[in-house]
Amino acid sequence: MSTNRQAAATSPWRAPILFAVLALLFILEGTVRNSMFSGSWNTSLAILNMGLISAITALGVNMQWGYAGLFNVGVVGFLALGGLAPVLVALPPVEGAWAAGGPRLLIALAVGLGTLALAVQAWKRLSGGRGLAVMVIVIAGFVLYRWLFDPAVDAIEANNSARYGNIGGLGLPVLLSWAVGGVFAAAAAWAVGKVALGLRSDYLAIATLGIGEIIVAVMKNEDWLARGVKNVSSIPRPTPYEIDLQQNPEFVEFAASWGFGAAEASGIWVKIGYMSLFLVVLLSIILLAELALKSPWGRMMRAIRDNEVAAEAMGKDVTARHLQIFVLGSAVIGMAGAMMITQDGLMAPTGYNPLRYTFLIWVMVIVGGSGNNWGAVLGAVLIWFLWIKAEVWGPALIGLLTSPLPDGGLKEHLLDSSAHMRFIAMGLVLLLVLRFAPRGLVPEN
Amino acid sequence: MDILNAIVALLNFVIIPATAYGAQLALGALGVTLIYGILRFSNFAHGDTMAFGTAITILATWGLQAAGVSLGPLPTALLALPVGMAATALLVLATDRAVYRFYRVKKAAPIILVMASVGVMFVMNGLTRLLIGVDEERFADGARFVIDVRSFREMTGLQEGLALRTTQLLTVVIAFVVVWALFWFLNRTKSGKAMRAYSDNEDLALLSGIDPERVVRMTWIIAASLATIAGVLYGLDKSFKAFNYFQILLPIFAAAIVGGLGSPLGAIAGGFVVAYSEVAITYPWLKIAGYLFPGWQPDGLLQLLGTEYKFAVSFVILIVVLLFKPTGLFRGKSV
Repeated sequence: MSTNRQAAATSPWRAPILFAVLALLFILEGTVRNSMFSGSWNTSLAILNMGLISAITALGVNMQWGYAGLFNVGVVGFLALGGLAPVLVALPPVEGAWAAGGPRLLIALAVGLGTLALAVQAWKRLSGGRGLAVMVIVIAGFVLYRWLFDPAVDAIEANNSARYGNIGGLGLPVLLSWAVGGVFAAAAAWAVGKVALGLRSDYLAIATLGIGEIIVAVMKNEDWLARGVKNVSSIPRPTPYEIDLQQNPEFVEFAASWGFGAAEASGIWVKIGYMSLFLVVLLSIILLAELALKSPWGRMMRAIRDNEVAAEAMGKDVTARHLQIFVLGSAVIGMAGAMMITQDGLMAPTGYNPLRYTFLIWVMVIVGGSGNNWGAVLGAVLIWFLWIKAEVWGPALIGLLTSPLPDGGLKEHLLDSSAHMRFIAMGLVLLLVLRFAPRGLVPEN
Repeated sequence: MDILNAIVALLNFVIIPATAYGAQLALGALGVTLIYGILRFSNFAHGDTMAFGTAITILATWGLQAAGVSLGPLPTALLALPVGMAATALLVLATDRAVYRFYRVKKAAPIILVMASVGVMFVMNGLTRLLIGVDEERFADGARFVIDVRSFREMTGLQEGLALRTTQLLTVVIAFVVVWALFWFLNRTKSGKAMRAYSDNEDLALLSGIDPERVVRMTWIIAASLATIAGVLYGLDKSFKAFNYFQILLPIFAAAIVGGLGSPLGAIAGGFVVAYSEVAITYPWLKIAGYLFPGWQPDGLLQLLGTEYKFAVSFVILIVVLLFKPTGLFRGKSV
């Protein structure tokens, strides 16, 4: 729903040139060592990998916003929920955790969901006194749920609490968890969308803001799930470990033939492994999304986005289509969340900051070009690169700007707070692009 | 059964904190609902507007304290409040001129304005961090308690103590005065009537010769002042931390929607509904149950939900209202 869709056609060379500039930035980061670039391929690839994950997240947001005009302000929640998947799927099972309270926990969760379903059915089916019936069901269900849930959780958390205290994983391959992360996020999105879609557009934004905060709160406080703020580390990797590579004589020789030391080369090798995996996922999603957009379904989605009333008059079920695309987009975000945790090897829920994981993603989508998948990717990688480099460039820039000032409190304060300038800069970028180039760097064609 | 002690405990742990919190939410929700009524979008920058106003007020408070000015038993921040209000009003007016007006003139979709408000939120967040940093600041001075636990016990001879903090009493009094003044303005003055007319029907209001830009300016000034007052009261009552003001956005939106977006009366009711539910659901009722039913010894704390999940309460209230009465209790704007 950008404000100006029928602007003049843009040059077909625009996207390739911008991507070339982006590639150049990463090459400079990898090769040139000066005050602006680190000259380390490890740094360059680390930024690129996180940029690719951001790009997948941005693709999910772009589906919701660019194809359907849905404003999701809970990206951080769906990312966090997706991040739960590697913990629950890929970690080896915790000894004794399942026996301590696993079945009871599952029954409790089933009772909780069953209560909600029963309440919904009671509301739909009954006619007289349904308010009372629903209330009785909800209260009885809640009491039963807590009666089942609390002892199970206590038992699981008491089980070897210093090391584990969580339910543990299934010991399945970590790559599988990426899909599971998508399913988790999709389920949450279905529940939110079912309630908030079909009402005024702001309601979805506010509801997703809420679900985002709640999911992060759950991750922080439910220790049985992923140990809460005690974090889960050593999540299995889909790539080799650096230390194994360094001890492998063949690899050391291979690295030496390229002129790299073993330590540096092992880091690069692992990161290239991640990069390849991420690229496969990214390109498959883009391929599927582009095919979907060119299909009758995609034309219908764009028709709905551009004129809901007209589409509805043509017999399209706008709310159902919105729910569909909202769930799909959230699934992609959840997948990105799982990939992020896999790459980090660490689940640390305190890191899920909405400014970084929701609103920065939005800046990426708007800057890249809402409605265009390549635009979202370009925006994501570019903004992520700038966001990381602003840490280095910001103080330098402020140092330059404040150099005429006399030494003293003000100058020191400005230099100290240059980290906060990133927020101002990103906000300004969002506002400027929204106003002067609402179609973004790579506009939708 | 010990009803007197139970009532005192209820007052001390539930009613008093929830009333103060409800008043703060109500003031915040009033700002959101006014902006919604006049400018027709949900302002995501409202939490950070509150934070900015509070930050300026804190800086002014420090200045006054350094100059040796004090209000005796009352917090010095009250003297600094007008400075914060004025600075915030100037900032949001400048924001409106630079950002929102463009979309208003173009009659852009409301969601574009919401998105612009996200950009504004980023900038304001950065400004606040720049001004005062990210640490927790406590700036309440003056007398801490109106009634403290010990003197209450000595006075009444009850086992249960009751504390009423100055900031809590102040919150309720100030909120009452502000709300009274706001309603007087909206209902009795020509400008207020123009605002309500514009909110009800923009085209008719334009035909009657109401200057839309003036209405918008007044709305921003009022919303900024309300946000600053709400933020300062919240900061005095708890403490100031920029991130908390971002998080309070959800309860404020919930309050505004529960009451009905665009309805000032609804915003106040919504604020109290959200605050009372939040406190009642996250409060461990064990103590009060102990007074009421001395023989009963439950094994839990009788806490429905941990305090970590207080945001879940606003969210559930929000969901229930969206499901059953999307226009809110006081019939706000639909569509």
